[in-house]
Amino acid sequence: MHYHKYRLIIPFMLPALILYGVFVLYPYARAFYISLTNWSGVSADMPFVGLDNYRDLLTDGRFLDALLRNGQLLIALPLGAILLALLFAALFTQGGAGILGSGFYRVVYFFPQVISAVIVGILFSYVYNPRYGLLNSTLETIGLDSLTRVWIGDPSTILWAIAFVFIWSAVGFYMVIFIASMQSIPTSFYEAAVLDGATRWRQFRDITLPLMWETIRTALIYIGIQALDMFVLVQVMTGGGSTSASRNAEVVAVYMYIEAFDKSRWGSAAAVGVILLLLTMLLSVVIMRVTRKETYEY
Amino acid sequence: MAMNPTPSTSTADPVDTADEPAERKASGAQAVKSVGQGIGTRLYQLLAQIPLLLWSAMVIFPFLWMIVTSLKSDREILTDPFGWPAEFQWTNFERAWNTANIGTYFFNTILVMAMSLTGTLLVSAMAAYAISRFEFRGNRFIYLMFMAGLMFPVFLGLVPLYFLMDDLHLLNTYYGLALVYIAYSLPFTIFFMVGFFKSLPSEVAEAGIMDGASQFRVFFNIMLPMAKPGIIAMGIFNFLGQWNQFLLPLVLIQDEGKYVLSQGLNFLAIQQGYDNDYSALFAAMVIVMIPTLLVYIVFQRRLESGLTAGALKG
Repeated sequence: MHYHKYRLIIPFMLPALILYGVFVLYPYARAFYISLTNWSGVSADMPFVGLDNYRDLLTDGRFLDALLRNGQLLIALPLGAILLALLFAALFTQGGAGILGSGFYRVVYFFPQVISAVIVGILFSYVYNPRYGLLNSTLETIGLDSLTRVWIGDPSTILWAIAFVFIWSAVGFYMVIFIASMQSIPTSFYEAAVLDGATRWRQFRDITLPLMWETIRTALIYIGIQALDMFVLVQVMTGGGSTSASRNAEVVAVYMYIEAFDKSRWGSAAAVGVILLLLTMLLSVVIMRVTRKETYEY
Repeated sequence: MAMNPTPSTSTADPVDTADEPAERKASGAQAVKSVGQGIGTRLYQLLAQIPLLLWSAMVIFPFLWMIVTSLKSDREILTDPFGWPAEFQWTNFERAWNTANIGTYFFNTILVMAMSLTGTLLVSAMAAYAISRFEFRGNRFIYLMFMAGLMFPVFLGLVPLYFLMDDLHLLNTYYGLALVYIAYSLPFTIFFMVGFFKSLPSEVAEAGIMDGASQFRVFFNIMLPMAKPGIIAMGIFNFLGQWNQFLLPLVLIQDEGKYVLSQGLNFLAIQQGYDNDYSALFAAMVIVMIPTLLVYIVFQRRLESGLTAGALKG
């Protein structure tokens, strides 16, 4: 059987290796080189400029603003989505004999995750519409007229309005992960705690949280990577950069898209891609370090 | 990692994890009662309903509003955003499909995905089978190389990919887009299927070899049918991922007549801002949502475990 195994292995591996090598690995590797050139895209000659593109980016106010917005999202998205998901997961699992309607809630909460982010983005740009949108209409109906805003038309609220849409669509996803993790904790732990007279909050803090810590760490890394991206929602909700306040929601990925496909500054755009990769890796390392704790085996 | 549902359990065993441990916890609840906190538990369960109901309303309401709006006239949308349509405007859907080209985008998407989905599943299944079932030089390295693809942001390769596609004359072609979809779907699909093939018993395949079947026949006639649950799970997963894909077509398909759905919908949204035909835009959104909604309703459990396993490849 092992004699001729390569007669199977080679034809079975080749299609995957070729496709992956040509369309994934090669572009990734080439991005590093393009980022060191001043390539205009049309000619074969690619003037080598060293780290100039990186230096220019780090002194470009527009890029730094975009970076800062990703930084703000990096705090807001986990705070919103992870905390809400933890709360809902706890409500589901910490209530003793299960929660009425839990199946229904799970189906509903998870649904935004399977819908195209483009639909979600367009839908919410109409929810936020100042004159005939769902949000302001609701606020007026319940007498909170003073809270009405132009939301994504206002430079000071646009980023947060978009951040909320992300949180809205991501909560169910993280909740499902947390529920699975919470349910893998043996019930006997809680029974012992109840006998010792521990309150529900103490059970959550001293049993649930420590035992699901690994899950929370991974979730933080994953949502951090999403906060560094945010391309689709921002691109769609700013009408591709055409609305008046769209510059105030420009994140790094959108900046890169403009550098490349509007301005044809390919070297600079590739450098932004490399910076995004470095940030992603840095973020993972930092989160792993900061959240390191003794892990509990059970 | 504890949180990482292994592919085999998450697909072969799509049990309702929400309810099963809830039953287990029933004994826990009785323990609680016996210590005299029964009322506390009841109260907790009652109070828990308030935030849960609120959030459900927040999720459902925008979608309901979208569906109702898609049946209103433009005038009703502007004058009475909350109201019920006086008469269902089914022609909105007709305009979305024909005038706004959603029909064209729909068929373009189907065409691309017929190639990309078949390709993704076949190419991944073959590679995963070779990786999981055979010892060969570089096996581990190749596997890790695919896994590295799970880490890199697509943005890193975007510029070179665009020029590569241009050089290969694959820009603005359906099969070009399909090839790129397949390539970018490989890391996760292979990761998942390697786990799946490893969980299958090897006796059946060995018996097949003993009987003189070729390795290829063993794969196509024995192993693939056995791996069906895993392949279905990845089919659903990649269906959603590719149906909803926005960034890659945005860059690789620039010929308006060849747009795929998410991209065409975005184009339409920008255009309708000028045309003021909001009702057709809402109808278009409903049309694009329907297939994902159906897939979600039918495969909800399996999908949930597949998608969350994807995030937690850890």
